[in-house]
Amino acid sequence: MKKLMTVLVTITVFWPAALWACTGDCGDQWAVLTPKGYIASHEKTLILTALGLMLLVVVPVILMTVIFAWKYRATNAHADYDPEWDHSTRIEVVIWLVPTVIVAILGTLVWTSSHALSPYRPLASSQPPLKIQVVAMDWKWLFIYPAQKVATVNQLVIPAGVPVDFIITSDAVMSSFFIPQLGGQIYAMAGMTTHLHLIADEPGVFQGYNTQFSGQGFSGMHFETVATSQDSYNQWITQIREQGKVLDRPAFKTLELPTKNEDPQQYSLAIPDLFDSIVTSFSPNTNSPAKTTPTPMIED
Amino acid sequence: MSATTSLTHTAEADAVSRASFGFWLYLMTDCVLFAALFATYAVLHQNYAGGPNGKALFDLPYVFAETVLLLLSSTTIGLAMIALQRQVATRLVQWLLVTALLGCGFIGMELHEFAHLVAEGHGPQRSGFLSAFFTLVGTHGLHVTVGLIWMINMLVQVRLRGISLPVQSRLIRLSLFWHFLDLIWIGVFTVVYLMGVSA
Amino acid sequence: MEELIFGKLSFHDIPYDNPIIMATLGGSSMLLLCIGILITYHGKWSYLWREWFTSVDHKRVGVMYIVLAMVMLLRGFADALLMRTQQALAEGGAQGYLPPDHYNQIFSAHGTIMIIFVAMPFFIGLMNIIVPLQIGARDVAYPFLNSVSFWLTASSGALVMLSLGLGNFSHAGWSGYPPLSEKHYSPGPGVDYWIWGLQLGGVGTLMTGINFFVTILRLRAPGMTMMKLPIFSWAILVTNVLIMLSFPVLTVTLALLAMDRYLGMHFFTNHMGGNLMMFTNLFWIWGHPEVYIVILPAFGMFSEISATFSRKPLFGYTSMVYASVAISTLSFVVWLHHFFTMGAGANVNAFFGIATMVIAVPTGVKVFNWLFTFYRGRIEFTTPVLWTLGFIITFCIGGMTGVLLSVPAADFQLHNSEFLIAHFHNMLIPGAMFGYFAGYTYWFPKVFGFKLNEKWGRLAFWLWIVGFYLAFMPLYALGFMGMSRRLVHYDNTHWQPYLVIALAGTILIMGGIVCQIVQLAVSMRHRDALRDTTGDPWDGRTLEWSVPSPPPAYNFAHIPQVTHRDEFTALKKSGRVAAVLPYLPIHMPCNSILGPIIGGLTFTLGFALVWYIWWLATVSLVAIIGAVIARSWNQHTEYEIPALEVAAMERALRHPPVTSAATAPPSPLAFEH
Repeated sequence: MKKLMTVLVTITVFWPAALWACTGDCGDQWAVLTPKGYIASHEKTLILTALGLMLLVVVPVILMTVIFAWKYRATNAHADYDPEWDHSTRIEVVIWLVPTVIVAILGTLVWTSSHALSPYRPLASSQPPLKIQVVAMDWKWLFIYPAQKVATVNQLVIPAGVPVDFIITSDAVMSSFFIPQLGGQIYAMAGMTTHLHLIADEPGVFQGYNTQFSGQGFSGMHFETVATSQDSYNQWITQIREQGKVLDRPAFKTLELPTKNEDPQQYSLAIPDLFDSIVTSFSPNTNSPAKTTPTPMIED
Repeated sequence: MSATTSLTHTAEADAVSRASFGFWLYLMTDCVLFAALFATYAVLHQNYAGGPNGKALFDLPYVFAETVLLLLSSTTIGLAMIALQRQVATRLVQWLLVTALLGCGFIGMELHEFAHLVAEGHGPQRSGFLSAFFTLVGTHGLHVTVGLIWMINMLVQVRLRGISLPVQSRLIRLSLFWHFLDLIWIGVFTVVYLMGVSA
Repeated sequence: MEELIFGKLSFHDIPYDNPIIMATLGGSSMLLLCIGILITYHGKWSYLWREWFTSVDHKRVGVMYIVLAMVMLLRGFADALLMRTQQALAEGGAQGYLPPDHYNQIFSAHGTIMIIFVAMPFFIGLMNIIVPLQIGARDVAYPFLNSVSFWLTASSGALVMLSLGLGNFSHAGWSGYPPLSEKHYSPGPGVDYWIWGLQLGGVGTLMTGINFFVTILRLRAPGMTMMKLPIFSWAILVTNVLIMLSFPVLTVTLALLAMDRYLGMHFFTNHMGGNLMMFTNLFWIWGHPEVYIVILPAFGMFSEISATFSRKPLFGYTSMVYASVAISTLSFVVWLHHFFTMGAGANVNAFFGIATMVIAVPTGVKVFNWLFTFYRGRIEFTTPVLWTLGFIITFCIGGMTGVLLSVPAADFQLHNSEFLIAHFHNMLIPGAMFGYFAGYTYWFPKVFGFKLNEKWGRLAFWLWIVGFYLAFMPLYALGFMGMSRRLVHYDNTHWQPYLVIALAGTILIMGGIVCQIVQLAVSMRHRDALRDTTGDPWDGRTLEWSVPSPPPAYNFAHIPQVTHRDEFTALKKSGRVAAVLPYLPIHMPCNSILGPIIGGLTFTLGFALVWYIWWLATVSLVAIIGAVIARSWNQHTEYEIPALEVAAMERALRHPPVTSAATAPPSPLAFEH
């Protein structure tokens, strides 16, 4: 019994080290901890700061638990025993005060960071922001570049160093738009728009996800974000326009059919107000009982 | 011996007061329920989806008549409670009957209003606003209906059992319930109808 | 015609083609059949019906709640094991063994079952058994209502279980967010099972809330002022306030979703004026207090246990009470932290973030109070104490990650990720389950008259806690790697080793559960050696230990007069234990068949609604109303136990027989007789 317990506890304590040794790398897979954009790196700092502040209380408490439990075990006749002791104003003041102080500090941090890192806040930059409209569909992401008149599915290409203004909605159920290495997520909801301002500080390929469970094809609803130089970005846009695939109404109707694990696709955009028309079709004041996306292939 | 009787008597009185206390708490939870429905209505009250708004739909004099019926019934159940206090069973039954009739009138008018709206194509499926309207008003109506079933049950109990302590306890709770529904209706009338028509 | 009779139900709704489900079904029906045969063989059906199913005795109702919780725990845990296995396998080219459709049902069922049908009945069972004993009462305020509450919970549990073999369960997650849970995106019966399972059980819980609030406020023994109320009962009081304030909101939320699905209304639909954000808000206005509803009772249990086994009164009782009240109040102003990412403005997010953090203050105070209860004590490392220590350490970590998630800008990165999964399991497993297991071990001898085997209990604890760390710490890491929750498949090779470790942890937890089952069996076998003859096996401090184990139906032959917070400790010190008073007849509530009948009808109602069988729904509803009316006509709801019988029972139960009657102070009641 004792032996078994020792083995179990050893496994628990040492598995992270063992895993580290096995996989041997600590690179980009730690998406949240290897930020590649202004917002994400501030969020990382915030996470680590808050964690550090809390460790100031948590570590002593855990130590106290172990020490108290050991010291005041029934078999230890040497320890003090105070069978009536149940109150101490001094201790009470301290145990209310310490957490309060930590929370006050964290609270200030919450207030400032919520404003500084608000997804609605445009990023300060000498460059004008690139506007990209994002539509969550069953089960893929549609990216519309309104000024460039192109649209892509499950593929996002942006110039590095240029702030991007994402305007987000959904053509189906609620989803959540998330590129961890560039910054936090925000929901995509039908009939509504949300915003996210992100920037890639350096070129690279970053994974993007839908994190909000959305049904059968949810797991395959991810995309690669390619941050590249302004030149190759421009080139990419031109290429799409030249390749001739067009997103018009019929093509969009087809796109609205639920599909899983969709490969990247590029279109030149032939519906100028596509994004707005999607949003309006779900508006609370639109009489559109017929305008519904087809029932996704579900159940059985 | 008399001491034992008084002892069980207090036990019974205890049970009655415990029942009322529990019923008050139930009413409080019902308040939370209605609060959630009012909040829902507040969120959806302008989501017309291209359909009609309250101004176009509500017939204020009609709803006012409904309101008067319900308020009157609150008065008559109050009179029934006075009869209960005086232990006059016949008077009690009479006032309960009047209350039940007024309540039935209220429900009848409400059903008629609903049927009319649905027939015109303004059913609860028409828009978020109408869904919220039907549900809020309908939930109140459902409560009144339950109150009516309860009242009928109590009428029979008073006839067959007389004013026993349990019957008395139930009647007190019933009247609490009835007044509570009145109060909720005043909220409904103000928020849904008055504000709906003026908006 | 067929649709009129059977609604949407047909033979195609039995998932013949799914071997996993069919095997589970076969296995569980075999098990049920075996149990049925055993009961029939021993001729125990009428005993079960008379003494248990129709019982309104709070102790029996409590035991039935806990049995329900344990059965459902096995189901919920099987779901967990299936999910962990799937995720450990389904990387890259491998698709695992579960299709998305089935996997989605499993995680939806896992969440629903663990919260609503494991955590809730487990603590409600314990509070049923203990609260009246602790406050010196003979039963709860409304014993019949209590039985109905139980049967509503049990029948909605049965409804959820039925979805396994008939139709399917919800695919939309335990929180059932629309529009995914709307008819358009989820046309099958799954979401309806979820709605009615939660709705009908929720009504039962609401009635329990009222019942126990009145019980604690009105039925306390004379002299037990609010500040002398045992701390577990305080926790329960606060919990029931939360139930009364939050469950009506759940009722409304589910009703509105049902209106959308059944009547084509537009509360949460995408179009025609629905608003999905309203569901999210309403759901979490119930959902966040719900978290404290399952955690606060466990806090109460830890408080009792740490005091008893440190041989010291609880440190900072007053602070504990205020902390509980503060936690419950604050729990209503933090719901938005479940969706910081919905796009509310920075001010709103910051407000809810700070409000959330403030909860950490009273919670932290509680942790310190437990620590100072241990301080200068004589701690006996019984199984309940192990659970408590394991809880404190683990809960601190969970609290830390919780505060981290309450920082909106940090939450943007960690929301909906495996980090979140790790966090709330890190709160609920130690914060609720460990507490219930501790309470179960602690109070078991009170209910059954013998203790649980310590060796198997310890082993179970070690397997659980090690399994917990192995299963959930990797999920924190995965959160930092950007892995979302609820994935049936993924392409990232870096994630797999962590998921394999998590699976290993889950298997260890399974070992823990097996040990708990063995513990129960071994203890029953050796019950004579484990017998508690005194009624006070742990040197307890509160009134429940002053009555025999198991207590008689009426609990207290004489309602105690309370003078101390730790009344029983004070009694033992003063030597007043030996006092004997003349016995009086006791009035007790009669058993009622209406509890199980209303439960059965509710099950039928839920079933009929799920399958659109309107005639059956109408019949069941009318029958339920009829049953309630019938109850109001019943004049014989109480019976009297004569004084002689009470005396005989007390003599039989008290070991050793009390002899010092001469020294007893005269009872004020003696004169009235």
